[in-house]
Amino acid sequence: MSVKLSVSAAAIAAVSATSAMARDNVQIAGSSTVLPYASIVAEAFGENTDFPTPVVESGGSSAGLKRFCEGVGENTIDIANASRAMREREIAACAENGVTDIIEVRIGYDGIVFASQHSGPAFNAFVPADIYNAIGAQVMKDGALVENTYETWAEFNADLPDAEIAMFIPGTKHGTREVFEEQVLLAGCEATGAMEAMIAGGMSEDDVEDACLDVRQDGKSVDIDGDYTETLARIDANTNGIGVFGLAFYENNTDTLKVATMSGVAPSTETIAAGEYPVSRPLFFYIKKAHIGVIPGLKEFAQFFVSDDLADPSGPLAQYGLVSDPELAKTQQMVADEKVMGADM
Amino acid sequence: MTDVSMESAAPRGTLTTVDARTKKRNAAEKRFRAYGLTAIVIGLFFLVVLAVSIIRSGLPAFTQTVVEVEFTLTQEQFDEAESQLLKTKAYENIFIAALQSQLEQRGLNVAFDAAAIERLLGKTGGTIREYFRANPDRIGTPVSFELAASSRVDGYFKGRVTRDSVVDSRFLMVTDLDLVDALYDAGIIKSAFNWNFITGADTGVDNPGGAGIGVAVIGSFFMMLVVLVLSLPIGVAASIYLEEFAPKNWFTDLIEVNISNLAAVPSIVFGILGLAVFIQFMHLPQSAPLVGGLVLTLMTLPTIIISTRASLKAVPPSIREAALGVGASKMQTVFHHVLPLAAPGILTGTIIGLAQALGETAPLLLIGMVGYIARAYPEGVVSGFIDPNSAMPAQIYTWAARADAGFYEKAWGGIIILLLFLLTMNLIAIILRRRFERRW
Repeated sequence: MSVKLSVSAAAIAAVSATSAMARDNVQIAGSSTVLPYASIVAEAFGENTDFPTPVVESGGSSAGLKRFCEGVGENTIDIANASRAMREREIAACAENGVTDIIEVRIGYDGIVFASQHSGPAFNAFVPADIYNAIGAQVMKDGALVENTYETWAEFNADLPDAEIAMFIPGTKHGTREVFEEQVLLAGCEATGAMEAMIAGGMSEDDVEDACLDVRQDGKSVDIDGDYTETLARIDANTNGIGVFGLAFYENNTDTLKVATMSGVAPSTETIAAGEYPVSRPLFFYIKKAHIGVIPGLKEFAQFFVSDDLADPSGPLAQYGLVSDPELAKTQQMVADEKVMGADM
Repeated sequence: MTDVSMESAAPRGTLTTVDARTKKRNAAEKRFRAYGLTAIVIGLFFLVVLAVSIIRSGLPAFTQTVVEVEFTLTQEQFDEAESQLLKTKAYENIFIAALQSQLEQRGLNVAFDAAAIERLLGKTGGTIREYFRANPDRIGTPVSFELAASSRVDGYFKGRVTRDSVVDSRFLMVTDLDLVDALYDAGIIKSAFNWNFITGADTGVDNPGGAGIGVAVIGSFFMMLVVLVLSLPIGVAASIYLEEFAPKNWFTDLIEVNISNLAAVPSIVFGILGLAVFIQFMHLPQSAPLVGGLVLTLMTLPTIIISTRASLKAVPPSIREAALGVGASKMQTVFHHVLPLAAPGILTGTIIGLAQALGETAPLLLIGMVGYIARAYPEGVVSGFIDPNSAMPAQIYTWAARADAGFYEKAWGGIIILLLFLLTMNLIAIILRRRFERRW
């Protein structure tokens, strides 16, 4: 036994000695929305350059940025993926740990779509107000602000099918939830007049915003904390269910899902790029400038990511469902110059 | 006389005649047997349903629709492609052009263009580039390639995609399927066994045809190595001390209760512990099989300690007493007599503990083994321990979450491979027990 013990102790010692060796691959973590695009680029980067293939971990925007801000050094990640811009609070946390020079790279836009079962009722006349009426906690009914008791879509919009309300929305840990709240719930709250009624009722501005984002708790709206695959499974089991998906996920599953139009526009990379489809959000990744030149291939990877060959409308990222950034050239220049956040543009 | 006494001595009937109470008891026994049998039948039914659904969903992962084409790459084309940024795309375009001109020569009576061919093909550039970089002498000579078809064409042959279901898809047109049928008749598109699924690495989300579980198997192997090397000696040493040497007092009782408790702790708790201790405090590398192995060691230790103690207890005290009686020391008794007799039980417990660790996903989620991790084979033994890698269950989890249905199929295929490993390990445990176990 003692022989075995010392062997294993020696193995651990050897391993910890080598872990001090230079890391030669780029390490990335963060948003599960950016993960598919990052994995496409990482695979292509490994196939097309002499650098090793980068590692892309999943885990969510907030978790990724938290790890990004843990400090500078080889045992911290080089790039954080995020499906939302970095918050002030996170920048401050970064600075506290010595992560000061951060390069923000916008890779493009992601469309957020509403889709239902392929064989279920068709939802073709959505506007944000409908979604708010369906799942908001307090809605306008006959000119008064009341608790939401709507059972079917047709109750508040005769153009919609007489189907039971069953929404599956991203849980609060998802970056997608934030976009959903801002661009759908808040917009719907304003459009239905609920917001005005709340202000007239004497609520402060912050309280009104919180109240607008409140979702009814009687089971008509379900938070999904897992991936889109979980939402898809829930839709599969519910004829009337409507789920919130990323555009790329929907396009890969058109055989089981039917998309709902928003304000009369069907989502596609074209309508989102043209600004016709209203619900979309920018996707980012953040680079630690201090790691450029230390971790081999880091800057090359970033430049490769935003190059025309990959990120323009005919590249593999757009093929998969990313909406190309019309200002790609500017982003390319920014990466080439290693321009950090907060520096003069 | 005797007749009368017989009658009075057996008022409740004889062994041959069955009275009401015996009937009742027999019926109760029959009912109990029926309950037991029903329980087993229900269990078997679910097992069969599970096995059938796993095999039905997973078997397609072992075949892959391929496009077989012979084409020649000229030196100019090679130089031209190598000068690009996205070289693989350039190779893909050369391949598409070659296929297109061959099809035109054959005179298929289906309309097609380069875009349609592109939609039929998976990501092929990487394979072509790798081949010609490794074999530069083959440039300028005709080479036959078997390259993966796109996920939807693959699904068409496996019944996952039908003409109706591609109507809304922008990845494949209904008319493309006419071309697919024509190519199938011409023998250019065919189904082949997917070796790459068993030996290959993970791929980007747009390339399900190239994805394999091989690298994740290696990751699991290194993790199991760590678990074995750490948990077997520690677990056995702890059990021998507790069972043979430790005094019985409140302190050892406390340890005993804690070990039993640890065995019941949800595995994700060990993941959280591993993240805090091994990664954030000890600064071991992220996503490394070493860290995964350490976390799983913590999880496996209680299992091994409990089974080792049970098999040490099963060695009769007479053996210990005999050894002590002929003058052996306590340690000699344990190592010369008790431990060898307990070894089969210890081994069985260890293998079952390892099998449990092999299938564990939850702790691996927290130490960064989910995402696009298992992308290349490690370069050596040390690199196998510390370079980022995934493990089989984590890879399955990753695939199941991807948008393309081709990956979902791969996830089921991965489950089959994982189950085969588990089955083998459990079989080895049973064989060891049968061969070496002694009964007293």
